[in-house]
Amino acid sequence: MISLSLSDKVMLGTALLGGMAGVVGSFAVLRGRALVGDMLAHAALPGVCLAFLITGNRNLLGLSLGALASGLAAIAVVTVILRWTRTKEDAAIGIVLSTFFGAGVVLLSVVQKPATGGNKAGLHSYLFGEPGGMLTSDIVLLAIVAAVVLAMVVLFYKEFLIVCFDTDFAQSQGWPTLWLDLAMMAALAVVTIVGLPIVGVILMAAMIILPAATARFWTNRLSMLLLISCAFGAAAGVLGTRIGRGFPAGAAIVLTASSLFLVSLLFAPQRGLVARLLVEYRLRRRVADEHLLRALFELSESHLPDTPVIPLENVREYRHWNSLERVLERARDDQLIEWGEEQVQLTPLGLRRAAELTKAHRLWELYLMEYANIAPDHVDRDADDVEHLLPEGLLVELEQELAAEGRLPAIAAEVPESPHELSPET
Amino acid sequence: MRIETIIAALATLGEPSTGTWIVLTGITVNAACALVGCFLILRKMSMMGDALSHAVLPGLVVAFVLTGSHSMVPMFIGAVIAGLLTTFLTQTLHQYLRVPSDASMGIVFTAMFAIGVVLVKQFAGGLHFDIGCVYEGALEYVPFGDRVAGMPRQLFTSLVVLLLNFVVLLVLWKELKLSAFDPALATTMGFSATSMHYLLMVLVSVTSVASFEAVGSILVVAMLIVPASTAHLLSDRLGWMVVFSVLIGTAAAVLGFWAATYWDTSISGMMTVAAGCLYAVAVLVSPRYGLLSSMLRNVRMSLLVLRDDVLGMLYRLEELKSEKHFSSAETSAAVGGGWLASFAIFQLQRSGNIKGVRDGLQLTELGRETAQKLVRSHRLWETYLVEQLGMPLDHVHEPAHRVEHYIDEDIQKQLAAELDTSAQDPHGRQIPD
Repeated sequence: MISLSLSDKVMLGTALLGGMAGVVGSFAVLRGRALVGDMLAHAALPGVCLAFLITGNRNLLGLSLGALASGLAAIAVVTVILRWTRTKEDAAIGIVLSTFFGAGVVLLSVVQKPATGGNKAGLHSYLFGEPGGMLTSDIVLLAIVAAVVLAMVVLFYKEFLIVCFDTDFAQSQGWPTLWLDLAMMAALAVVTIVGLPIVGVILMAAMIILPAATARFWTNRLSMLLLISCAFGAAAGVLGTRIGRGFPAGAAIVLTASSLFLVSLLFAPQRGLVARLLVEYRLRRRVADEHLLRALFELSESHLPDTPVIPLENVREYRHWNSLERVLERARDDQLIEWGEEQVQLTPLGLRRAAELTKAHRLWELYLMEYANIAPDHVDRDADDVEHLLPEGLLVELEQELAAEGRLPAIAAEVPESPHELSPET
Repeated sequence: MRIETIIAALATLGEPSTGTWIVLTGITVNAACALVGCFLILRKMSMMGDALSHAVLPGLVVAFVLTGSHSMVPMFIGAVIAGLLTTFLTQTLHQYLRVPSDASMGIVFTAMFAIGVVLVKQFAGGLHFDIGCVYEGALEYVPFGDRVAGMPRQLFTSLVVLLLNFVVLLVLWKELKLSAFDPALATTMGFSATSMHYLLMVLVSVTSVASFEAVGSILVVAMLIVPASTAHLLSDRLGWMVVFSVLIGTAAAVLGFWAATYWDTSISGMMTVAAGCLYAVAVLVSPRYGLLSSMLRNVRMSLLVLRDDVLGMLYRLEELKSEKHFSSAETSAAVGGGWLASFAIFQLQRSGNIKGVRDGLQLTELGRETAQKLVRSHRLWETYLVEQLGMPLDHVHEPAHRVEHYIDEDIQKQLAAELDTSAQDPHGRQIPD
């Protein structure tokens, strides 16, 4: 430890802090308490000042204990307000945050009076963060807190999991949900408070939320969420102090964390923006393709089994199209239609595909009419929405059910008999 | 004509003292915040006040860097743009990317603030943006700064914003109200709740910026939330809530200034604490929602029930022609005991409904009359439950016991009319007149 240079110490410290903020933040974000970190960070101020007034020095441990005391008091007050008054949670958090901080500002001005021998810089760094001055003892403190938080999460993983996702169930199973909840909040409070002198009030709030929200894009499992969030937090700490030399360190760390968030938001698989837009685009495209085929089928229906040449004009008028030309192009590329000179015709392959789609549409319409008692003139739109998403298994089931009750027009496709003798291949 | 007289009158008052300017600034800021705060509270977006008051920082710095001055208009424009951006990003994160709403707010405003901090460091170091000053403000120095229209610049700014908020509220009162309580209905009625939301956020941004320099962000956050929450405890009508919140903001400014001068400490900090204290008082003694008030109401209710129980019990004893009289202690124990029961008996004695005789308590003439009415209510209700609702005999006593306190003569008449004036209750006891 002693051989570490200052910048290594700072990096180690911020990494430890980011890692544990990621872990406790995961629980806070999952529980819908993201802004409690913000509140705790603000509410620590009066405790810090009081601790300074009592002990008379700027020992980090003393100040942290004071901060912890007032943070816990703030949690208690919020709980009381929520339990006994009509004030809603957001307002309760805001009231406690601002009143505690206001009281802190008042105490701070007392501390700064010459009579108490106060030193403004010392307490100010507590508010606005000053990772540059990290001592070995600070790192030891951070490491101890990290170890305690880690031990707590490992020991109570199952309990925290169940409280996070289904509090009512946890309660019905006899778990002390209130205490588990308070344990999570207390861990949040401890981490927030050890982080305060490093990144400052606002940015500590960000460190609670950002890694967890980032990790949420990558996984749906709590264990992975905790790991990824911890990793993101630590990475933000390291990269932030590394890249952000010359900038206020707290801001640099938070901006690094924000960039990680932004990248995840855009590029995470499944939940990321790009992935979701892609999925949505593909779905839209498929819906348009299927609508074209069904429209052509319905326009050809009176001439079946021949497939007539249909003027494009009729297709345009048949329903609303966003970009008919492109849909037509795709269908032609898939050899589903012949298209040229304002005319269009289904190919045999297209006819088969279109018949299947129309069948799905009409089966669903029939189902809605027969089982959900929806009027015939209302089913078309509903079926329109749902036909693209019906799993094939369901369609078969639907077909059988309607056929069994004799409500199905005879449109079941017959499979021709096998022209050769069937025998298992050996 | 009149305005000129007023100005002349004000001029004769001479230059207000330093304290007056400070208090006036505090009041204006608090009132401006309280006006918009009410809607934040109702829309459950209180933390948006906290978020916006931090998130406007980059807007301010950019405006400052671009124009090179901190005059009002560019600052406001910067703040409004930053505020709208924050609102938009928060909404987008929540709606389209499924980030929980509180987390998305937290992410956006802290990131904006961090950008602001970096920008300050890059471009405006050592200039007006001392972060400590952003938090605590410099209300103490307001009277000594530049003057606009004869008053300190900060006071002038916040007056303009107060006026702006007031006018917007006045003009769009109905729309804001409806979209605060029922956004869906507002949208179906043809004015978009979303645009009201953005408008509100613009007002919050402008208000925070106007107030920053004078009072610091902490007082802004407090005044957006605390007076409105306090007023919410005092009234169920939006109009009154707004009025109350402005009054409470004013009171907080005056009390805070007084306390700060008394203890010689931070004025804006003390105003915040004063607002918090006013909230605490409202939590305790608000007529309808206060803890003490509802406790008092519960005690009154319990006493009414206990008195009725004592009267009913003594009446039934008489009816059974029992020789025994219950003593005070026995009566009290029979209706549940405790000091409330004893107090109820004391009240009955004092009001002349019961009197102590040699071996216990007895109804007076007055008490008998009251008790008769009560027992009549009880038995009418029992009869009603059996005859009209077909409830089994052994299930009607409890509900009747609970409801008997609320059946006045009017309802008694209606019940009697419906029950073809049966003289006996389903247990076969006489229904007294």
